[in-house]
Amino acid sequence: MSRRSDGQNAIASGAAEFPMSDPAAISLYELGESLAHGDCSSTDIVQALLDAIARKDGRIHAFLHVNAEEALSEARTADRRRAAGEPPRSPLDGLPVALKDNISARGQPCGCASRILDGYRATYDATVVARLRAAGAILLGRTNMDEFAMGSSTENSAFGPTRNPWDTDRVPGGSSGGSAAAVAAHMVPAALGSDTGGSIRQPASFCGVVGLKPTYGRVSRYGLVAFASSLDQIGPLACDTRDAARVLATIAGPDPMDGTCVDVPVPDYEAALRDVERLDGLRIGLPREYFAAGLDAEVERAVRDAADCLAALGAELVEVNLPHTPYAVATYYLIATAEASTNLARFDGVRYGHRVEGADPIEMYLRTRAAGFGPEVKRRMILGAFALSTGYYDAYYLRAQKVRTLIRHDFEAAFARCDVLLGPVAPTPAFRLGEKLADPLAMYLEDILTIPVNLAGICALAVPCGRTAAGLPIGAQIIGPAFEEGRILRIGAALEQARGPFRGAPTL
Amino acid sequence: MSPSAFEAVIGLEVHVQLRTETKLFCACPNRFGAEPNTLVCPVCLGLPGALPVANREAIRLTVMAGLLLGCEIHRISRFDRKSYFYPDMPKNFQISQYDRPLCLGGGLEIEAGGTHKRVRLTRIHLEEDVGKSLHFETTSGVDFNRAGAPLMEIVTEPDLSSPDEAMAFLLALKQILVYGGISDCNLEQGNLRCDINCSVRPAGSSALGVKTEIKNMNTFKGVHRALTYEIDRQIRVLRGGGTIRQETRRWDDDAGATDSMRSKEYAHDYRYFPEPDLLPVELTEAQIETWRADLPELPAARRARFVREYHLPDYDAGVLTADKGVADYFEAVARSCGNPKAASNWVMTDVLRVLGEQGMEIGHIRVTPEALAKLIGLVERRVINMPTAREVFAALFEHGGDPETLVRERGLGQVSDASAIDALAAQAIEAHPGPASDYRNGKAAALQFLIGQVMKLSRGKADPRLAAEALKRRLGIN
Repeated sequence: MSRRSDGQNAIASGAAEFPMSDPAAISLYELGESLAHGDCSSTDIVQALLDAIARKDGRIHAFLHVNAEEALSEARTADRRRAAGEPPRSPLDGLPVALKDNISARGQPCGCASRILDGYRATYDATVVARLRAAGAILLGRTNMDEFAMGSSTENSAFGPTRNPWDTDRVPGGSSGGSAAAVAAHMVPAALGSDTGGSIRQPASFCGVVGLKPTYGRVSRYGLVAFASSLDQIGPLACDTRDAARVLATIAGPDPMDGTCVDVPVPDYEAALRDVERLDGLRIGLPREYFAAGLDAEVERAVRDAADCLAALGAELVEVNLPHTPYAVATYYLIATAEASTNLARFDGVRYGHRVEGADPIEMYLRTRAAGFGPEVKRRMILGAFALSTGYYDAYYLRAQKVRTLIRHDFEAAFARCDVLLGPVAPTPAFRLGEKLADPLAMYLEDILTIPVNLAGICALAVPCGRTAAGLPIGAQIIGPAFEEGRILRIGAALEQARGPFRGAPTL
Repeated sequence: MSPSAFEAVIGLEVHVQLRTETKLFCACPNRFGAEPNTLVCPVCLGLPGALPVANREAIRLTVMAGLLLGCEIHRISRFDRKSYFYPDMPKNFQISQYDRPLCLGGGLEIEAGGTHKRVRLTRIHLEEDVGKSLHFETTSGVDFNRAGAPLMEIVTEPDLSSPDEAMAFLLALKQILVYGGISDCNLEQGNLRCDINCSVRPAGSSALGVKTEIKNMNTFKGVHRALTYEIDRQIRVLRGGGTIRQETRRWDDDAGATDSMRSKEYAHDYRYFPEPDLLPVELTEAQIETWRADLPELPAARRARFVREYHLPDYDAGVLTADKGVADYFEAVARSCGNPKAASNWVMTDVLRVLGEQGMEIGHIRVTPEALAKLIGLVERRVINMPTAREVFAALFEHGGDPETLVRERGLGQVSDASAIDALAAQAIEAHPGPASDYRNGKAAALQFLIGQVMKLSRGKADPRLAAEALKRRLGIN
């Protein structure tokens, strides 16, 4: 039943060779099968991945912290459970995943790639982490990111950028660039990221993996270090849609610790992925604004090809409008920064993390925060504090909230005419390191096609749909109405099946 | 130049800690007096990633306070972030309510200097308390046990015009909040703190003077003294041709004076905006009506009912209803013994006297209402007389227990055996022939002396009524 038939990638086939082969070239699904058949142990998998990290991550820098000892110890525990005949706790039992460095796991560092959290270790598990642990998953390590998830290239990490495994002169995207690169470089089969304005989907697209931004309220944010509370969502980055569905099923669902997490039942996402040979009756909307000027020609070609491919399976393509798209970036940079300016106020050196002493508390705050935060974080906090100031609140924050409502209405109107929307994830493929660093606005515009989804609070999937002539991955974005993760995963799966999963391993 | 008389204009912002089991946004106990930083969790410490979840009971208590004070209840209210940096504030923003508080308007009737006055309220909102800074020789620390405790802020209109009125307002407010079970209003534990806004103006003027704010008062006496000082200070400044600066001042209780807190020259911009981690609080009409039906009887209404229902003098009813605990105790005794007058006499004299002597709250008394009711019954049925009853009460106060058991075990029962009493009467007459003959000669008062002798011989246990009858019979009056 294995779908290990993709000619493009360098996966060794046949469990007999395991663990000599590169284990992370195999999905969570396939690793789970290997465990079930006794072809390998959790310890084999974890050890092989630790070896892969040791071999490759010097060039990629996807990980900020590797839990080598704990992961091996957890793997041995999982192996003992299996040897004792215990049934698996979940499809993820005994399998490793990585966490973005802004997700709290008890006892582990959780530094958000920032100096200001030097020395801080989380004292509690995020809800998603508690659910992963309960499912038997092994926490392999913590991935690099733009500081406090503010950025689109992972260049804003205080600990140096992550590089794109397909071309190490290029960025992996961001802010979940470490998670995307780790999965793409086969250092871990799946990772969690967070998406505030595209931070899961854009790096997934740049690195050629699947990335899912769930509906706001689908996954608990408890334990996710907040950037913009009304926009943040945790979601999976994985080799394919089935793995993404498995991880989502594990972490989704209501949580009494997060009042914004919605009490909507979690459906069987994997069931939605079966029988995707035909898509008759499905209406796919192509937003005109997402194919506008500024879109890279190769990206447009690949996404239109994907649309045609889905049409060939029976889906109907309809053109739709999302007229307020041009205002999304400005709206986002008012709301997200306003929320961030207060969310990041707690990093003051009083209770944890970095502290630079001063003569009085005020001086300590100023020195600590001046030394602890990087320039992009400071830029956004200043912008956000300004937007909330007396006399400016109505003109900026309040007006942004009104535009946000209009953007939400855009999507409601579009979904009256179609079941999902299809477009590019980002206007360009992965750009070069340093290319946009000097121009924050150019960097902000990188997120123009992902931000509207966060503002509307709906769900979207980034799924690989092609390569540029230079071999860089291109992602398609499938956008669904609130709580329709099953629907967008299904369409992603149809595309994977019809086109091949584009899962190949970059040569490193 | 300067007017001959000034009047003060005073408004209060009263912070009241609510009586809830847990804090406002987490499951930590809402309790006073624990070891520093033992009642904390990621949420109230503001650790990265922690999220608030609103405590429904705190919302209910705030709405109850609003209903008791005649406020309008917002069907949809909202929490907001109020940003400022302070070491005792874990997140460097406080979750409070800005433009959609739970309660709007309302008012409270007060009586000061013999006149009645209605003090209007601006609003009541709910917010989280902050931690407590502790300063040691060379370092400082913060205790976050209090951080996140539910705090209700009651803001008045500037309707008060004297320290006495401010005091009367606070006392009346405290009485209502304790009655409603909303707060213990324990001043020693910081359950109730207030900020004072105060200005003065020429008497009869309608324009407001420049106000000063006195922060963080935590005793009623302090409020009275601070206001007395501050009003006098402002009048002196104006009389001397000076002007009042709008500023925040601090009350120094030892010096008996307010002084300027030297606050920075810039005004605070709290940058309020809706708290994105909490959904708006929506209250249905049905929910509010359910809570309204649960409202406790307020002191004034209860006093009137005591007069009506128990036929008590108004003064007695006032004494009994001043404290909710005392009023509850009285009602329990009255219902249990069926004799409100006796219950009232006991509570107003013996119970309140010993509580006063011991500085004790009614809640801690060992004499249960049932025990006192039984004691009253014993007197009514002449099993014991009043002096014995007082002895029994004293014993119950010390050790608790059941009065009937006590009377039986100690053999305190009244001697009601007519022949035994007759024998004692004979003894008394024989021992005191003088008073006996006085009585025979028409000196009625002599009988009291002889009754006293019978009581003495019986060691207090004789039924005085039977003793009188026996004496009269023997002295040939009947």
